[in-house]
Amino acid sequence: MIPHEKSPADNSMDTLTTDTATRRDFLKAGAVVTGATLAPGVLFYGVAHSRPADAPASAAVRWGMLIDTQKCGDGCKSCVTACNEENGLSGKTGPQDSQWIRKVDIRNLQTGAHHELPMLCQHCEKPPCVDVCPTGASMKRADGIVLVDRHICIGCRYCMMACPYKARSLVHEPLTEQKPDVPRGMGCVEACTFCVQRVDRDESPACVEACAKDGHNAMLFGNLNDADAPIAKALKSMASTEVRADLNLNTGVRYQGI
Amino acid sequence: MMAKSLLKKGVGVLLVTVGGLFGLLSVAQAGVDIPSLPPAKSAGKCVEDTDFMRRNHMDVLKHHRDDTMRLGIRTTKHSLKGCVECHASEKSGSVASSKEDFCVACHSYASVKLDCWGCHATKPGKKPADHPSAALGATRAGGGK
Amino acid sequence: MNIAFREIQAKQGYWLTMLVFGALAGMGVLSALYMEHNGHIVTGMTNQIVWGLPHVFAVFLIVAASGALNVASIATVFGKTLYKPLNRLSALMALTFLAGGLMALVLDLGRADRLVVAMTQYNFKSIFAWNVILYNGFFAIVIAYLWTMMDRKGAPWYKAVGTFAFVWRLILTTGTGSIFGFLVAREAYDAALLAPMFIIFSFNYGLAMFLLILMGLYKGDNRPLGDKLVNRLRSLLGTFVAASLYFTLVYHLTNLYFTKHHGLEAFLLLEGGIHTQMFWVGQVLIGYVVPMAILFNPATRGRGWTVIAAVAAVLGGLAQMWVTIIGGQAYPMDLFPGYTVTSSFYDGAVNAYSPALVEILLGIGGVATAILLTVGASKVLRFMPERLDDETLAALHGKH
Repeated sequence: MIPHEKSPADNSMDTLTTDTATRRDFLKAGAVVTGATLAPGVLFYGVAHSRPADAPASAAVRWGMLIDTQKCGDGCKSCVTACNEENGLSGKTGPQDSQWIRKVDIRNLQTGAHHELPMLCQHCEKPPCVDVCPTGASMKRADGIVLVDRHICIGCRYCMMACPYKARSLVHEPLTEQKPDVPRGMGCVEACTFCVQRVDRDESPACVEACAKDGHNAMLFGNLNDADAPIAKALKSMASTEVRADLNLNTGVRYQGI
Repeated sequence: MMAKSLLKKGVGVLLVTVGGLFGLLSVAQAGVDIPSLPPAKSAGKCVEDTDFMRRNHMDVLKHHRDDTMRLGIRTTKHSLKGCVECHASEKSGSVASSKEDFCVACHSYASVKLDCWGCHATKPGKKPADHPSAALGATRAGGGK
Repeated sequence: MNIAFREIQAKQGYWLTMLVFGALAGMGVLSALYMEHNGHIVTGMTNQIVWGLPHVFAVFLIVAASGALNVASIATVFGKTLYKPLNRLSALMALTFLAGGLMALVLDLGRADRLVVAMTQYNFKSIFAWNVILYNGFFAIVIAYLWTMMDRKGAPWYKAVGTFAFVWRLILTTGTGSIFGFLVAREAYDAALLAPMFIIFSFNYGLAMFLLILMGLYKGDNRPLGDKLVNRLRSLLGTFVAASLYFTLVYHLTNLYFTKHHGLEAFLLLEGGIHTQMFWVGQVLIGYVVPMAILFNPATRGRGWTVIAAVAAVLGGLAQMWVTIIGGQAYPMDLFPGYTVTSSFYDGAVNAYSPALVEILLGIGGVATAILLTVGASKVLRFMPERLDDETLAALHGKH
């Protein structure tokens, strides 16, 4: 709940107007209220982040998500619906339709233990999709968000071959009525962006917000590098798993309860 | 050496001639009248001079596109979203859905292919009024609506 | 004595060949335009089977292209003079088959219109980007190689350029195999063996294609082609087919030894339906058993048998590409080892794939383009020796 000791905002203070400084004070003041009123699932990240619009994403931040499979509700798909709504996906689930987040059911072959969890782009520290992309369209932003730069994506789908999480989809048909904040179109590959458009205006991803709104609070989003962020504290204090930990990709999304 | 530079000149002249011919051809196709563009919402005040924008909007947009996409810089002055919000026509509400719309009118006149609207929205979105950062938009350097 | 090279004659057979393969190539391009306009929704490819039939044909052709250069390499690098008269055709086929393969590959891109991006922006950690460089370099080097063969001025460089081309083609096929070998996510790939295995496959497919084109062109243009040469190439092909079988065996035996791969092997070898059939009937029976039975049997030495063996090797190669590319994707990724997994995104399910006509046409279009360019170029320039009968070759061979 404390602003970064050294955030990019501080580095670029000289370029900022006093208005911005005022705003930061305002945010600090609001921090107590916001932090108190919002449940742990939804955090108002302006408090810990508040990057000015003209500053680039900083490597001091690494966005991550912790998903508690014990809290993930039976058959609840709020996160999926919210993602589709926010990003303008059709919600269809045919083999050629895009799915940025999906509910996965797993059952242990020996014990029969059953879990549900949302599966999305794991925003790896060392993403195989970025490694294999021939043009550099598949990229990781400084703050750890893995994105596709559609301007130079040629639609070769090698990233889809390389992703261990099946996180990516190809847009198979022409699209219209896209969301102004979420450009997407035929022939390019796409995936979960952690709702980068929301994160950049200090909101948490749509799925996280929806999960909290439904009272599940199974998804926690935040800055992994901020020792005081609830997500960092939670990860420090309890056991969590990376999916396909054997690949050593250091995923940004982690799970507990499996 | 002499021959080489002559050759270069020759190629240059040829390119210009061919380019000119194509230009004429497209003018002929689109009709000779210069397209009339739908008025912008903030009449007369573009983010840069109109003359500058006519010649350089693609470079400005491309620069901003890379800044936003790859670095996460979210200023709005040169954003495509900003163009759409101001230049969407009254009639179609879009910059590129009919032949008279702002982008299409000029681009078909100049016969330059547009590669923005396969992915980008051609119509302004609804602005969330109760958005926490909406109130701060004015103070945030360029805003991050 | 020197061997005389001549263009093939523009007779009825030539024009008919050009017409048929031109039409097939044209249909491939039309299919690609249709895909480009409507999106991949008109194909059988999905978000689960992301690479389909165009890739089966494309990778086959690219692998065959580097293999086709082998005949020239044997002459240049290893000094086997018997093969020297064939080196022009060998190099030509390396170019045309690569062109046909890349055509199918590039026209299948989601944004084929952005080819210039692929040529100008490189992520050097990507083996795919390296392949773009390797392909482009291959064109340049093989053209230079042809120049050293066909132009007196280039002759002093023949050995040097030929050796460089040989090394380059080994690296190129290593790159092609590594497209799959470097995929850590999927069980069927993620193996260093894929690179050398693809090199051996390239020897096999390239030579099979070379034999077919060679026999076709000589028959079509009524030129003598002696048994001595054909039989040499025959036994070479037999060796390459056997080597392919060996690598296939090692690949599956290794997987069978590792418990974690038992699911994949059960799928490919037993329960995989079309993929299992493609493996046993296509790759093993047609691709390995049939050609070896013909090529190693003195009783089946006739030209007709050789054609059957080469065609079988080619079909087996396409089946192998199917098993590797489609089968490898059809088997579900193991997100949670020890768990059964289900989801709306087909997690844990064997992925279905039925290719659409446009994909088949695009793939065949790539093959047709390769053949069209080969035959067309043989008409324009002197790629083919006028005579390759035993006496001519003996005279040539004896001289060295």
